[in-house]
Amino acid sequence: MTPVAPTFFFYLLSTVAVVGAILVITRKNPVHSALSLIFTLLALAGLYLMLYAPFVAGVQIILYAGGIMVLFLFVIMLVNIERSQREVQFNQQWHVGIIASLALGFLFLYVYKHGSSIFPVNPVSMPEPMNTQQVGMALFRNYLLPFEIASLLLLVAIVGAVVMAKKRI
Amino acid sequence: MSGNLSVGWFVLISVIKILIAVPILLGIVAYTVWLERKLVGHIQNRWGPSRVGPFGLLQPIADGLKLFFKEDLTPPYVHKALYLLAPILSLTLALTSIAVIPVGGWVTIRGARIPLQITDVNVALLIILGITSMGVYGVALAGWSSNSKYSLLGSLRASAQMVSYEVALGLSLVGVLILSGTFSLRGIVEHQLGGFWNWNIFGGGQIVAFFIYLCAAYAETNRIPFDLPEAETELVAGYHTEYSSMKFAMFFMSEYANMVTVACLASVLFLGGWSGPLFGPPVLQALLPVFWFFLRVLFFLFLYIWVRGTLPRFRYDQLMAFSWKFLLPLAIANVIITSLVVALRS
Amino acid sequence: MPDNYFARYLPLLLQVGIALALAGGMVILSALVGKHRYSRAKMSPYECGMTPVGDARERFSVKFYLVAMLFILFDVETVFLYPWAVLLKELKMFGFWEMMVYIGIVLVGLFYVWNKGVLDWSGTPRISVGTPAMTAGPADAPGSTPVFSAPVEGSRS
Repeated sequence: MTPVAPTFFFYLLSTVAVVGAILVITRKNPVHSALSLIFTLLALAGLYLMLYAPFVAGVQIILYAGGIMVLFLFVIMLVNIERSQREVQFNQQWHVGIIASLALGFLFLYVYKHGSSIFPVNPVSMPEPMNTQQVGMALFRNYLLPFEIASLLLLVAIVGAVVMAKKRI
Repeated sequence: MSGNLSVGWFVLISVIKILIAVPILLGIVAYTVWLERKLVGHIQNRWGPSRVGPFGLLQPIADGLKLFFKEDLTPPYVHKALYLLAPILSLTLALTSIAVIPVGGWVTIRGARIPLQITDVNVALLIILGITSMGVYGVALAGWSSNSKYSLLGSLRASAQMVSYEVALGLSLVGVLILSGTFSLRGIVEHQLGGFWNWNIFGGGQIVAFFIYLCAAYAETNRIPFDLPEAETELVAGYHTEYSSMKFAMFFMSEYANMVTVACLASVLFLGGWSGPLFGPPVLQALLPVFWFFLRVLFFLFLYIWVRGTLPRFRYDQLMAFSWKFLLPLAIANVIITSLVVALRS
Repeated sequence: MPDNYFARYLPLLLQVGIALALAGGMVILSALVGKHRYSRAKMSPYECGMTPVGDARERFSVKFYLVAMLFILFDVETVFLYPWAVLLKELKMFGFWEMMVYIGIVLVGLFYVWNKGVLDWSGTPRISVGTPAMTAGPADAPGSTPVFSAPVEGSRS
């Protein structure tokens, strides 16, 4: 396939991701926000796919678009939409937020301009089936301790969820 | 994998394959409904549909036409955009998962080898699981946007049920992955070729996983005995109470299309996919695998209907307990035992 | 079939497009073909023929939220299991034991939740999760006694 098509899809997916992300914070109805976030997450999955990481893309869809967003939707269903729509959309800290995001933006720009020595650009030439194997090998050989600690994190999250829910008695 | 096909030809072949596969899927969906009405009828000592055409065979077509001409009501109290989006989302997702399911081996047309599958991707199983997990949105949005009590209750029940059984479903596949060492559905089938003793359910000892998969799949597709989301006696029709005409039919179709997908996946993962005896001339040899595959799918659909005609519905607390307290520990035990055996052998 | 990485995912995109067109077409067509005759009763939410009472979007039992939370945790566990399962034949016994540690820790969480009664949806939980205000859902409140219901014959047909 000509390289035109990947470039086209890159811009398409990036646009979807950015527009979705903007809609997340500008929509007043939380269900609309959640749906926009789903589109952003799916576009990101597409971008992972284009980076020769189909496993990461699949996991992105299963965990983020299919898992965490369901939780969001549940939480949204638990709150009263009519009341939340009357609330002020941006709170007092919005200028702090703008400063923070501008700083982050400049950091990104700096890294993009001068960071090629920190993050060398290698074109990925990995054959497709290797992605899962590579992720697995890295996870279960080189990063064994973080992997085991992740289970502790899950345990803490389970306990935390129950304790938080029980507080409401 | 010959590179002698240009991209244009490849796209054309893909479109042709999709345009063959989607109508076949819709046809299977229509005639599963017919089969269900007929079989449940006979189980209950009735005839089932018998007026439209011989054996009522034209009934699905009549039903489809009828639903098209029914009043298409978009009630004023709904959230219009999401109300319309929900059935579209459900049906789109339900029709998408078949793209990665292999129905047979390879056919050679004019020297080009073409797989009997819309696309053979290496993360096929992950894609199907992703699509399944996205399926919750159709249900949740339908219930929420309808702004009716039955719909919302039905959709909450359905979402909680679907996510609960998704865990058991996901874990039941781990055993198969351990045995085959790939996510590619084609690879998983090719691993099981060569006789029924090579099937994952027998040779791989995945019979427990198969049972877990079956239960979880019934629950994912909201079928009896797990059809609480649309328990007629309590919730009228559950999350699609407020839907009419084709929009209702789309939920109905997506439920049956999901049943077909689940049946295909069961044959691929546990029952050796298209494996079976091959004989006769080359044309027959190319088509027999497809026949064996559809035979398995038909068997699963029959099982679905048989179970529906036989079992009563779970209670909601039983439903949740069955998933979290029975299937989940059982699935983990299956993973541990399978992995121990494989790790010891390798 | 080209051995191109992107080309393999292209049919998937085509499939989504065709399925979407089909689904959208059905909605549009049925809106055009069906006749529309409105009446007041038709325009109110279905509540078994009664006049609707209150708003549908009540607040629901916090248990639904807990189930979603549990789902994510076990989903993460499952996703960790997938690459491990694919690689187990190479990782051998070492891989087996490292996963046992992982599963063991997550199982502790499962039994904690089990013990706390989060998985009990029947009427008499040992520790009730959620206040009466949180369980205001009309028929589905965990406080109400679930009624056994037999399948209604032929109700789908």
